[in-house]
Amino acid sequence: MSVFGRPADEELDPTRPLVPTGNLRRRHAVSRIVQALAIAAALGAVAVLVIVIWAVVSHGAKAISWEFLTSGYPNGVAPYIVGTAEIVAIATLMAMPVGVLIALFLSEYAGRRWTRPVQLVLDVMNGLPSIIIAVFIFALLVAHQGQSGFKASIALAIIEVPLIARGTQEVLNLVPGHQREAADALGVARWRSILTIILPAASGGIVTATLLSVARAAGETAPVLLINSLAKGDTIQLNPFQEIPNVPVRIFQLSEEANPEGFTEAWGLSLILIAIILALGLSSRALLNRSKRKMSR
Amino acid sequence: MSATPPAGTASLKLARSNRQSPARKRADRFGDLALFLVCAAAALLALLVIVLIAKEVIEGAQPAISKFGLSFVTNTEWAPPLEKFGGEGVILGTLITSAMALAIGAPVAISIGIFLALLAPASVRNVISPLVEMLAAIPSVILGFWGLLILGPVLVSTIEPFLHSTFGFIPLFGEPQTTGNSVFNAGLILTIMVIPIIASVSRDLFMAVPRELQDGAAALGSTRWEVIRGVVLPSTVSGMTAACLLGLGRALGEAIAVAQVIGGATESHLSLFRPGGTMASLIALQFNSAVSQLHTSSLYYLAALLLVIGIASNLLASWIGQRFGGAGGVMR
Amino acid sequence: MSIDDQTFRPQPTPNGRAQAPGRVRIRTEPLPGVIGSPAATESATESHVHVAPEAVFEADGVGIFYGKKQALIDVTMRIRRGQVTALIGPSGCGKTTFLRSLNRMNDSIGGFRIEGQVRYHGHDIYGSNVDTVEVRRRIGMVFQKPNPFPKSIYDNVAWAPKNLGMRRGLSERVEKALRGAALWDEVKDRLKDSALGLSGGQQQRLCIARAIAIEPDVLLLDEPASALDPIATGAIEDLIHSLKGRFTIVIVTHNMQQAARVADRTAFFSLETRGERPIGTLIEFDETEKIFGAPRDPRTRDYVTGRFG
Repeated sequence: MSVFGRPADEELDPTRPLVPTGNLRRRHAVSRIVQALAIAAALGAVAVLVIVIWAVVSHGAKAISWEFLTSGYPNGVAPYIVGTAEIVAIATLMAMPVGVLIALFLSEYAGRRWTRPVQLVLDVMNGLPSIIIAVFIFALLVAHQGQSGFKASIALAIIEVPLIARGTQEVLNLVPGHQREAADALGVARWRSILTIILPAASGGIVTATLLSVARAAGETAPVLLINSLAKGDTIQLNPFQEIPNVPVRIFQLSEEANPEGFTEAWGLSLILIAIILALGLSSRALLNRSKRKMSR
Repeated sequence: MSATPPAGTASLKLARSNRQSPARKRADRFGDLALFLVCAAAALLALLVIVLIAKEVIEGAQPAISKFGLSFVTNTEWAPPLEKFGGEGVILGTLITSAMALAIGAPVAISIGIFLALLAPASVRNVISPLVEMLAAIPSVILGFWGLLILGPVLVSTIEPFLHSTFGFIPLFGEPQTTGNSVFNAGLILTIMVIPIIASVSRDLFMAVPRELQDGAAALGSTRWEVIRGVVLPSTVSGMTAACLLGLGRALGEAIAVAQVIGGATESHLSLFRPGGTMASLIALQFNSAVSQLHTSSLYYLAALLLVIGIASNLLASWIGQRFGGAGGVMR
Repeated sequence: MSIDDQTFRPQPTPNGRAQAPGRVRIRTEPLPGVIGSPAATESATESHVHVAPEAVFEADGVGIFYGKKQALIDVTMRIRRGQVTALIGPSGCGKTTFLRSLNRMNDSIGGFRIEGQVRYHGHDIYGSNVDTVEVRRRIGMVFQKPNPFPKSIYDNVAWAPKNLGMRRGLSERVEKALRGAALWDEVKDRLKDSALGLSGGQQQRLCIARAIAIEPDVLLLDEPASALDPIATGAIEDLIHSLKGRFTIVIVTHNMQQAARVADRTAFFSLETRGERPIGTLIEFDETEKIFGAPRDPRTRDYVTGRFG
């Protein structure tokens, strides 16, 4: 009698060669099929990326010319590019200090009691659809006083703050504890050690998070559409308190008109926007790797 | 370390200067308090913004709420010139497109997470992971434009007729239309948007599953898939649920790309291949051109509903993460 | 160290017939599972001819590398069927590395490389046609830290048999495995509860139950009691005694008393300086009483009398 009373034919003969026995061949087949599906899913995602990027590059390249890049409406897109840079720069100037301060609050002051609620606020803020933020700023600032680039910047800043705060917090948590303790042990005031030791050590991460939030803000369309969509784009508008022509709204508006020439312009703008965003993403990644290496030393 | 002064010497220098004057001590007390207050103020500001958002959106929706009440949700007619505003069509559209995005996107994304975390060698992972994240970085307006000009024609000429002839007995797969602007197109674009979100979260979840748990399963003579199905997936259910909620929130709230490809209709119907609308996309399409105060207010009403759903799904995701899992949502 | 001076007890084979130690069934007809690979069958059958039959494992000049670093060098030993074999030695001496090489649990570690040969019933464990899943199905392992799955107690034990298609009499099988691991009485009323709610000692016995539920040929135990309190440790040791004979057991332990209590034979591993850095190797392998009572190697004597490590 076997321990489990199985009939002899099901039994394991340990001296058999170590090739699959019993149902193992079938199980291996199932496993291989699933693994193949997982590989296919990953390749599928990459394929979609390649197809989209290829469409943008191949169509967009036809639009790009010196005149396209340097002149205004109707032959070029320079005012839109400058405008987007302007709106995003102002948004980032507002969002970065707030985001970094929230991260400092979380890592240095919040303690057990306040970490969860503040993080929850950041999560909710991060999860808010940008169209809601657009509607909010519209109700607060645009409904009665009209559009401006600056107001769009405020909306974009609301989108950027949680991204910067989260990214900064992650690197702040990486700052080696012994550096803090060393400063504490020497009786250095908290604010001095934060400003002179902790923040500089986290600077690489802060810049990384900021670059990523810039990349995100540059492509955001809903806020600029509701808050800053009336500029025509024939000249560069440097005054942030006027309506500022910008790339995402222009692409959106062109896609709503059934005009082949407009489509070409939209592809060209898409190519420029994607190139900028990918460049920002790649440089932030490179920076992140560098600063991680630095921190781990 | 060009930007960073060596920590040790910096603190030493500070300490030496610190011991000196009582004035310095007073300055330090003030500095500590000031920095704390500034940081706390920033955190409060974030909370304040959320409260303000809720207040402004609900205030804006007030006229529509008092006129239509909750029947707004079930009224099917959206006719601005007639001052009739019912949200059922776009609410249904929102549900259908988001459900489609999640139904296709979640399994694909989780498979990608499995591949990246558990199957691919590190060298492959380090190439594919950034590419998947790159997909998330494509601005929605560009994805929508691509969906409008490239994906739509393909759908309407080949895929939609095929699905209709095969599954036409299901109301979802109705008669294809003349353009590719359809609920189906919007659902696919949203699928592309949620995949990288769910994939990168699940990749991190799977990588956090303790090695010894997987070894324990492997030591029982299990195949790779049995280890994944038996141990890795069950111990990350809560994290994956939270990731899917995150993706759902993204799909529900996406306005621009959907507005570009869905066709901008407002009537209530179940056919995937007809034009439709979602709450967010209707706001994007009609907000600037609203014909009356009630029209604007009805759009605010939709925004308020979106806000409630958005916050609820966020809180739920966060609650699931906290209740059922440790830091990363990995249950052990 | 002769292998013939051993007193053999008749070992029950899985089908219950007492089998003389020298007799291992040699199959000459092609096996149903390997029709597609005649070469494997041939070499496997061939290798059977010159196998000392009572050996479950034969390690032959085994060296193990992780990347460029060598963790183990020149281990040659035979592990006998139905016995408990203990591997002892100071930290870092390679005993766990060696244990994990017996069912290829090292494979997934980056840079792992093995030289020499490990044979299991005469088959090269690292041979080209060997299926690692099949290896682990026959050679189970219990780890240092209890690692129950985040499932119910019942599902922890039933999971692997279900995978293997042993669906018939599953709940009886689970019960027998839990009884075999001396855990049944403690958990029989809460089989549906999460295994994570058990104490550390119970979790470890659950892991043993999980391993024996699929009736492996060999159990590898990697310091199974090191994370447990003395009472739980005692329970594990009793359990090892009760499993002796039904399974071939190889146990790594830090605790010499434990080795003395449970093992028939004991292998002493230590660090030897070869070239620049110390590398783990096998110093002495013999009857447990000899290792602890009359070791032949002075390094073993130093270790077992507590003068070292």
